[in-house]
Amino acid sequence: MQAHNFKVKWGMVIDLDKCTGCGACSVACRAENNLPPEVDAGNKLRTADWMNIYELSNGKPFPEHEVAYLPRPCMQCGKPSCSTVCPVVATTKDEEGGIVSQVYPRCIGCRYCMAACPYHARYFNWFDPIWPEGMEKTLTPYVSARPRGVVEKCTFCHHRFNAAKEQARINGEDPTALPEDAYIPACAEICPTGAIKFGDLNNAEHEVSKIAASDNAFRLLAKLGTDPQVYYYSKREWVRKLGDNYLKNAKGEDHV
Amino acid sequence: MAKCKSCVVLPFLIGLVASIVLGWWGFPKVLYSQKTQPIRFDHVVHVDDQGIACEDCHAFRDDGSFTGLPTNENCVGCHEDVQGEDPDEARYVTEYVEKEKEVAWLVYQKQPDNVYFSHIAHKDKFECTECHLDVATMSTPPVFYENRLSGYSKDTMKMWQCEECHAKNGASNACFVCHK
Ligand code: SF4
Ligand code: SF4
Repeated sequence: MQAHNFKVKWGMVIDLDKCTGCGACSVACRAENNLPPEVDAGNKLRTADWMNIYELSNGKPFPEHEVAYLPRPCMQCGKPSCSTVCPVVATTKDEEGGIVSQVYPRCIGCRYCMAACPYHARYFNWFDPIWPEGMEKTLTPYVSARPRGVVEKCTFCHHRFNAAKEQARINGEDPTALPEDAYIPACAEICPTGAIKFGDLNNAEHEVSKIAASDNAFRLLAKLGTDPQVYYYSKREWVRKLGDNYLKNAKGEDHV
Repeated sequence: MAKCKSCVVLPFLIGLVASIVLGWWGFPKVLYSQKTQPIRFDHVVHVDDQGIACEDCHAFRDDGSFTGLPTNENCVGCHEDVQGEDPDEARYVTEYVEKEKEVAWLVYQKQPDNVYFSHIAHKDKFECTECHLDVATMSTPPVFYENRLSGYSKDTMKMWQCEECHAKNGASNACFVCHK
């Protein structure tokens, strides 16, 4: 597959040594992106969490036991598995910045993309969204609500990207060269420990590209070659190793 | 088997003319319902007589977003009380300003919820009237044609029109440029 080369590549770096698993990013995401209250939050086959948090364990008994938490947005893959299988071009990676789009009225709900995505980043709307009376006032007007029968996923709060460009335009600045703090997704903004950083991976000045270049940075399932725009960071080797499907007796090279 | 030439040609011609009339004149009449604005807003009085600039009522906010249509807040600056002779103005003051109710203006270009349009990205390159009806020169707002099936205005820009203009001007046609 021919991958696009974008001038700007929006990227996220999540420091897993700073993440406490508090869930603020996940909650902020739900509120920002109009995810309705779950019909049955206990049934994880029917729930949606654009920013889902996984618990990692080093698998050792006390007192060596350690945990880490791994927030998982859409990776905005450089070579997306999802968009290549969509039969109706409802999801694409074609916009400057490299965010993978999702156009809800176009989606026919076949869920091929869900099967294709190696990160389980996509969710199907099993129900029509219902907000308890009065709560509809909290809806974000810049984000379309999704009906039953279509697939959705994290968009790096794409509406905030649009808003940042409008702000730049009225200030007489260049909307294609946004400063580092002009566009920040809701999760990165709210994270109380500052574990989530956001910026342009192609810009050497931006913090994300500096952290992404570190030896402690890694990407999930890197060996699949999906080229994610989301990086993780940890000084702990066991955490980095869990980033790929590393098996104790696996042959071949070390992936970390 | 046909007895004469005209027995075949004549019914065919009548049928053809009937379908053309039905398709070009009848069907649009049935498809679109005609609506008028709740208040007959006179742009000419405001623009020519009072010298109000377009941007005074259709303004950009400080964050670069566009306000679109003005609300009572803009209008009460002058229309706290009835100013002139126009019966529609009097009706606006008594039915809307005094009751603190907003006018449900019909929007000729209203786009579906999943469309994102940035006015500020277009304003330096195009005149408003390249996409909008030239209401500034009208004393009576144009008829609002509502598609009975979709509920959208006849004047709402179609996706192919956006795409064509983007393609011709070298602007991106990536999905997320216009969709949310
Ligand atoms: S579920 Fe929707 S976005 Fe996913 S592959 Fe099918 S049509 Fe495309
Ligand atoms: S993480 Fe999944 S949904 Fe996101 S771009 Fe990659 S394959 Fe597509």
